[in-house]
Amino acid sequence: MTQTAVAPPAKGGTPRKPVSPLARLRDPAWYQRYGVYVAVAVVLLFNALFTEHFMTADNFRTQLVQVAPIVIVALGMALVIGTEGVDLSVGSTMALAAAFLPLYLGYGLIPALLVALLAGAVVGAVNGALVSLVGLQPIVATLALFVGGRGLALVMADGQLKQIVNPDLLSLGTGSFLGVPLVVWIAGVLAVAVAFLVQRTTFGRQVVAVGGNRSAAALAGLPVKRILIGVYVICGVLAALAGILATARLTASDPSSLGTLMELSAITAVVVGGTPLNGGSVRVLGTVAGALLMQLLRATLVKHDLPDSTAQIAQAAIIIAAVYVARERRSR
Amino acid sequence: MNETKPLPTAPAPVPPAAPAARPAGAEQTGRQRAAELLQRQGVLAVLLAVVIAASFIYPTFASLDNARGVTIQASFLAVVALGMTMVIITGGIDLSVGSVFALGGVLAAWASQYGFLAALLLPLVVCGGIGLLNGFLIARGNMAPFIVTLATLLGARGLLLALTDEGATTYLVPKDSAFGELGQGSVWGFGYPIIIALVLFGAGGLVLQRTSFGQTLFAVGGSSDAATLMGLPVARTKILVYTLSGLLAGLAGALNAARLSSGVTIVGVGMELDAIAAVVIGGTLLVGGAGSISGTLWGVLLLAVIQNLINQIGSLNSSYQSVVSGGFLIVVVVAQRYLARSRRST
Amino acid sequence: MAPPEAVPQAPEAAVSTASAVLEARSVSKRFPGVVALDDVGFSLRAGETHALVGENGAGKSTLIKVLTGVYRPDGGELRMSGEPVRFARPFEAQQVGISTIYQEVNLVPLMSVARNIFLGREPRNRLGLIDFTRMHRETGELLDGFGVRVDPRRPLHTLGVGTQQMVALARAVSVNAQVVIMDEPTSSLEPREVETLFRVIERLRGQGIAVLYVSHRMDELYRICDRVTVLRDGRHIHTGDLAGLDRMQLVSMMLGRDLSEVRRSGVTNFAAEGHEAARTPVLTATGLSSRLQLHDISVSLYAGEVLGLGGLLGSGRSETAKALSGALPLDAGELTVDGTTLKRLTPAAAIRAGISLLPEDRKAEGIVPGLSVRENIVLAAMPRLSRAGVVSRAKQDRIVDIFMKRLRIKASSPEQKVGELSGGNQQKVLLARWLCLEPKVLLLDEPTRGIDVGAKAEVQSLIDDLAREGLAVLLISSDIEELIEGADRIVVLRGGAVAGELSGDDVAEDRLLAVLADHAPEPVDRAPAAQEDPR
Repeated sequence: MTQTAVAPPAKGGTPRKPVSPLARLRDPAWYQRYGVYVAVAVVLLFNALFTEHFMTADNFRTQLVQVAPIVIVALGMALVIGTEGVDLSVGSTMALAAAFLPLYLGYGLIPALLVALLAGAVVGAVNGALVSLVGLQPIVATLALFVGGRGLALVMADGQLKQIVNPDLLSLGTGSFLGVPLVVWIAGVLAVAVAFLVQRTTFGRQVVAVGGNRSAAALAGLPVKRILIGVYVICGVLAALAGILATARLTASDPSSLGTLMELSAITAVVVGGTPLNGGSVRVLGTVAGALLMQLLRATLVKHDLPDSTAQIAQAAIIIAAVYVARERRSR
Repeated sequence: MNETKPLPTAPAPVPPAAPAARPAGAEQTGRQRAAELLQRQGVLAVLLAVVIAASFIYPTFASLDNARGVTIQASFLAVVALGMTMVIITGGIDLSVGSVFALGGVLAAWASQYGFLAALLLPLVVCGGIGLLNGFLIARGNMAPFIVTLATLLGARGLLLALTDEGATTYLVPKDSAFGELGQGSVWGFGYPIIIALVLFGAGGLVLQRTSFGQTLFAVGGSSDAATLMGLPVARTKILVYTLSGLLAGLAGALNAARLSSGVTIVGVGMELDAIAAVVIGGTLLVGGAGSISGTLWGVLLLAVIQNLINQIGSLNSSYQSVVSGGFLIVVVVAQRYLARSRRST
Repeated sequence: MAPPEAVPQAPEAAVSTASAVLEARSVSKRFPGVVALDDVGFSLRAGETHALVGENGAGKSTLIKVLTGVYRPDGGELRMSGEPVRFARPFEAQQVGISTIYQEVNLVPLMSVARNIFLGREPRNRLGLIDFTRMHRETGELLDGFGVRVDPRRPLHTLGVGTQQMVALARAVSVNAQVVIMDEPTSSLEPREVETLFRVIERLRGQGIAVLYVSHRMDELYRICDRVTVLRDGRHIHTGDLAGLDRMQLVSMMLGRDLSEVRRSGVTNFAAEGHEAARTPVLTATGLSSRLQLHDISVSLYAGEVLGLGGLLGSGRSETAKALSGALPLDAGELTVDGTTLKRLTPAAAIRAGISLLPEDRKAEGIVPGLSVRENIVLAAMPRLSRAGVVSRAKQDRIVDIFMKRLRIKASSPEQKVGELSGGNQQKVLLARWLCLEPKVLLLDEPTRGIDVGAKAEVQSLIDDLAREGLAVLLISSDIEELIEGADRIVVLRGGAVAGELSGDDVAEDRLLAVLADHAPEPVDRAPAAQEDPR
């Protein structure tokens, strides 16, 4: 932020001290951006030193397969949070997609997948319409489908768990390509796609602008309503996809419990990854790292025979730490 | 955008009781008033309509026994929603109440072996402490309420699991103890929790409307910056309101444990969202600065009545309950939104 | 830290300590990367009205925030009636008698007038509960003293901005203030309300209350202030009697330049001669109506002219500009650009047709603070600078480079966040955003409000240049001098309708005031819109 000398005598410039490189390490903003990568590295280092059978290909494959659905949902969530919104309905959307699958598998895999994804898109469109057209707060708008979505899924599935026998669908959950599971491929490709979307496309930059200042974006002629609906639709479709993949891996459609608390995991991944909750910025790679960090942390604690309760408390502490470095700082 | 027209400042004879800022015809003012009334008391109207209609259609619904059942079910959520209302009026949110509710129950059940006071005080102290932590991080740490209380939601659940050997142990409330009586005793068939909830709502209404603390809650929610610049104790008020929310959630959990005679670990999941739904249905704005305790009470009752009705219908899959609640939430908030808009646009 | 630079102080400032009610002694305040206040000394005497001036970034707001307990100084001390004081928060400053009213009304909009005035010190009854009867009665009495009659129960947001400001003032004074700090109090007041404010200030002076008055408006300073303190770049430059100080001297101290360097003798930076306007209008609006805001407004804009839009606050100036840019929902009316009538009236459609609006509220409706200067400039033009939805950095950089140079936007790089720039530079970024669309019509709503003198002059000469290049410019300004000197023609609005038009030699202050005065509202009528209403 050093004021470069401009040709005419600086009239309105305030005197500014240059920032030393060392001071950057003490700058909380630095940690907000890069802290999550440091934390992932620390967890990996710890495990390399103290955990047996952690740094193995097998273990990584397991961890990545487990984290893949969270990453996929969190990518959509990151976009939504970038517009100063939040989507509480993602878990219910996963359940809804899972409930649709067995109903349409009779028509073939592709139609079933399309219907399930479409269900996600519809949920997203409703959320987006409530937020943009009606002007509801995102928490309330998506709360309704959080409550109603799972109920709808249960009604459609008659409250029952259904075994999946379609081999093509199952291979989506278990298959691998070049030794890497398909679900990991899918999550990876989607992460790259969303990163490209955010950084390099008009839509992505407009999403960030709408999150940064909605009235300014509207007055600048941006199609704010369309952008908001688009973001929630993307989030819904990604959640539905995560629901499909999770169902394929479980070999059963379980609308009563699939995706419960997913909204919390996804929000956690996004926030830990350094995306501010008040919009105007989307960190895609950080989100992936955030999901990974929570996953690795849980795995580490499990490997060291620490119970689930410890993992939850540790997660809570990490969320607090992440938000602490991201908080708005008031100087007094 | 909101360029309201100015008033003459010279000593001009201005009728002091002007009903609206903008010059509007009498007809519009009437409509405005109706909209305002509907927004404030709409939930009550809907609640009454549903209750009256249901009484005609399902004779079993109108029975005193059923009324007792519905209100006792609603009383725990009501106590939680009371704290949530105050938090939301400050423009915040408390997602941790469901976990804290469960934790309060487990703590109360465990402590009930040491007597009535221990069973009541332990959950209050611990849950109040969690609320205090929330408030401290939010007010002094300047962190977003949504995410801080999300973290304590996880943390309180973790604490609860650690206390119960990962959920394997269930603590029981001793039979015929005074603490058990608190949950199971009744006056004219209406359980103590109902009465406690009503008393708390009365006190809450008084605090909100007639004390400086209550006014400060509205001011903080209406404009946090202005409240700070006016010299109001913003941070202290926030800390207090989250502590209050934790205390109430813990108390509700303890009452629930007393009623069930045990500290069930799996209760309270998703309760925060039910509470938020009740508060919002009750007309409190999620952005803060406006809201009422009575609306929340009607909101809680409305949710409970809907649940009860779906059970009454019997033939319906119980999953419909959440579909109806969700649908209802949409209808209410969309209606509120349009009412508020019609009030403002005139 | 502080370079021992000569700080010219008028002699009486040094002796004033005896009667000083509030005093700052070599106060410093640093922010990361910025020294906002550098060894500033300043004193306020009981019963005086003291002007505090300086460009944006001079340290005025920081000094105010130090005096009111919002910031804690890093060095130096504050003294209240000679006693050292430290404020941990605003409340403590208020307790010793320092009250503040801010540029933007800092009250709670959803709460009633009475609740706002008594927040935090509500009268209680015997049960310790708030006594609303007493609160409402005392509110009425208090506001009567300010010549404001309003129902104490009314929610604040239903009142006009001016009345809200009076409520804020009533609150500030009613806490037994010894010092009242006013930060740009008149920026949202209309002339009559300004007069009321000045009467109140006179009364405060009579009661021995010191007023610290911050304003960009020279006229006001010279009318009501006794002394002046000038800050520049966080340093104290001058304190002295205002009466003996010539305006140009004052401006040159604020700018830190020699008198000879300050351009022109006029108050604004517009060229004296007008512009050559085209014969056929580029933009024609007919019958713009929006319930209770605009009534059948018709205006035409010609290429190469600056059309001023005059009128008091609430006259529908901003609404008209919004309507012309498709941002205000209309009940009736149409826009024709170069002979083509717009079918849909949205900001996007207006922008496509070549109409650009620089909105009044820079922070709320203009900048996206977290995005870079580059992204803010190309925000509206982004679709044009991308192929198949993928943005082109090279094209963006070219455009951004051109406009940063042309408008002399001062930023460390195009990637600096706009939120970190000064108000003037933010405004230039917004101008660049619209100019890079190559519009035919530029609507400017208060383009120079709240920006420093230097940037103001630059924006004014830019407007001149743009009109000369053939742009049709609509200029809204509450600064009458700016309007008169900048506009070739002025359409005057009142109560959401056109009240008159001035052109040629009629574009003069007395003529404008005459049109405004002709239509002055009856004192009883609080509803100017209703007057114009056909029903």
